[in-house]
Amino acid sequence: MKELIPYLVIIPLFAGLLIPVLARLERRLSGLIGNLGILAALVISGLLFGESGEYLVGGWSAPIGIVLRVDMLSVLLLWLIGVVGICSGIYSVKYMERYTGSGSYWGLFLLMIAGMNGVVVSGDLFNLYIFLEIASIASYALVGFKGEAEELEASFKYAVLSSVGSLFFLLGIGVLYLAYGTVNMGQLAGRLSEEAGAVNLKHFGVVLLISGVSLKSALVPFHSWLADAHPSAPAPVSAMLSGVLIKAIGIYVLVRVVFNIYGFNRSLSYLLLALGALSMVGGVLLAIGQWDYKRLLAYHSISQIGYVIIGIGLGTPLGIMGGIYHLINHGIFKGLLFLSAGAVEYSAGTRDLREMGGLSQRLPVTSGASLIGSLSISGIPPFNGFFSKLIIIFACIEARYYGVAIAAVIVSILTLASFMKVLRYGFYGRLNERFEGLREAPFSMRVAMLVLIILCLGMSVLILPLLREMVLVEAEKVLSQGIGLLAMGL
Amino acid sequence: MIIYFLVLILFSVGVYGLLSQKNLLKLIISLSIMESAVNLFLICAGYRQEAEAPIMSLGQSLEVFVGHSVDPFPQAMVITAIVIGLGVLALLITIALRLYHRYGTFDITEIRRLKG
Repeated sequence: MKELIPYLVIIPLFAGLLIPVLARLERRLSGLIGNLGILAALVISGLLFGESGEYLVGGWSAPIGIVLRVDMLSVLLLWLIGVVGICSGIYSVKYMERYTGSGSYWGLFLLMIAGMNGVVVSGDLFNLYIFLEIASIASYALVGFKGEAEELEASFKYAVLSSVGSLFFLLGIGVLYLAYGTVNMGQLAGRLSEEAGAVNLKHFGVVLLISGVSLKSALVPFHSWLADAHPSAPAPVSAMLSGVLIKAIGIYVLVRVVFNIYGFNRSLSYLLLALGALSMVGGVLLAIGQWDYKRLLAYHSISQIGYVIIGIGLGTPLGIMGGIYHLINHGIFKGLLFLSAGAVEYSAGTRDLREMGGLSQRLPVTSGASLIGSLSISGIPPFNGFFSKLIIIFACIEARYYGVAIAAVIVSILTLASFMKVLRYGFYGRLNERFEGLREAPFSMRVAMLVLIILCLGMSVLILPLLREMVLVEAEKVLSQGIGLLAMGL
Repeated sequence: MIIYFLVLILFSVGVYGLLSQKNLLKLIISLSIMESAVNLFLICAGYRQEAEAPIMSLGQSLEVFVGHSVDPFPQAMVITAIVIGLGVLALLITIALRLYHRYGTFDITEIRRLKG
C-alpha cells in the first residue's frame, strides 16, 4: 500500500492543473473533476489506514532522494483533510455558482489540498517547506477570491504575515543544515540527539522552526491575521482553512518538530502550555463580543487550537491522545459551523447576527447544523467535542496542572455562552419580517452539512475502548516514541 | 563568521522595514529583503573557501571532486526558495494593485475596514 503515498499529492496536483484548462470548455467539469480528485485522495488515505513506513521517491535512498512517510498520525490528518475537503467540495459546487472564475477556484482549492497532503506525508524538512508554501500560497489567493476591498485587505495581511512565518521556518532549516548537514527528519533526529557540539545552533534552529509554525497555526501572540483571513474567504474555503489548514501546516508540523525531531522536554512543555493557555483564553474572550458570525467562529478556532496545544503540551500519553482527538473533532465541527454560516449567507445574504433572528423557522437544516456544531464545540455530551475536552481536562488534573484545568473548564463555559448568543440572536427568537420568503440552501449544500452533522455524532465512537486502541492510542504512540520513531527508521 | 552577521543585519533591515513602513509596496520590498537575507544565509551555509562550482569534470575522481567543490545542496534549496519567493511576490503585487483600485491609496493606515 505504501506505493500509493505519492498519489496523495499527484492526483490533487494534476487535477488542480487540469481544471483551469478544462473549465474553458465546460464550466461544470471543474466541480466534477475537483470532487473526484478529493475523493481519490480520501480513498487512498482510507487504504493507508494502519500503515506505517517510508516510500522513497524514484528509489533514491534517504539523504539524496525525497522520502515520503506515513504513520497513524499522518493517516488521521490525511483522513481529516479528505473528509472536510470532500464536504467543502460538494458544498462548493452550488455555492460558487454565484462567482465567476470557477476554474481558478477549483484549481486553487485542489492545489491547497495537494500541499496539505504533501506536508503531512513528507519525510524531510525542506520538502515539507515546499508543500507548506504550496498550500499557503493557494490559501492567500483563495482568501482574496471574492475580490472585494475587505477580502483583499485580509488577503494581503495574511499573505505578508504568513510569508514571514515561512521565512522563519526556512531560516530554521538553514541553521539546522549548517549545524548538522542534513534536512532529512530521521537523520536530523538522530544527529540532534547524539551530538553535543553545536548545541546553540540546535536550539536556535528549532526555536526558529517553532516560531515560524506558530505564526502559521495562529497561536495567540501570532494570531492577528486569522480573524481577518478566515471570515473573508468563501464559506467552503473558510471551512478548509479553519478546519484543516491551520492544523495540517501548523499544529502537525509543530508537534513533528517538537516531538519527533527535537525531543520533548520540560521547558518545551511549559512553552506549549503557555501558548496554549493564552490562545485558549484570549481566543474566547475576543470571540464573545463579535457580531459577525464568521468572525466569531474564526476567534473560536484560535481558542480551540489552544485546547489542542495544551493537551499535546502536557506530554503525558493521556494529554497527547486528548490533543489529537480534539484536533480531529475540531476539524469536523468547525467545518460544519463555517458551512452553516455560509448557507445563512447564501440564503439570507447577511453574516451579522443582529440582522438575523428566527432563521430556524425558514432554514431547518442550516440551523440544525449550527445547533449541532455549537453543542459540539461547547462540549455537550454526546457530541464529539465533549469527549475530547473531557480527556484534556482529565489529563491536566492527572499532570497536576490544576490552574490549566480550571481555565479549560471556564473557557468551555464561555464558549457555550457565546454560542448561546449565536443561537439566540441568529436562529431562534422572533423571525425578522425581511426573511419571510426565505428558502433553504440547495440540496448539495444540505448534503454536505448532513454528512458533517453525522460525523459530529459519529466521531464520539472513537472513545470506545477498542477503537481508541486502534486509532487514538496508535496516533499518540507516534508522538510518545519521540525522536526514536524517526531515528530508527534509517 | 562576519558574513553571518552581515546576513543578520540584512534580515533585521527587512524586519524593521516590515514593522515601520506604511506603504504597501515598501512592505513588499521589505519582505523581499528578508527573503534575500535568508537565501544568502543558505548559500553561505554551503560555501567553502577556494572551492569550485559543484560540476564534475570528465576524468575527475570522486575524492578530488568532493574535496574541491562547494556543497551543492543549499544551492538547490535556494533555487527552489527563489521560485517560491517569486510566486509570493507576484501574488502580493497583484493584491496590492487591486487594493489600490479599491481604496485609491497604498497607505495601510487608510486601508483598514476590518477590525474587532
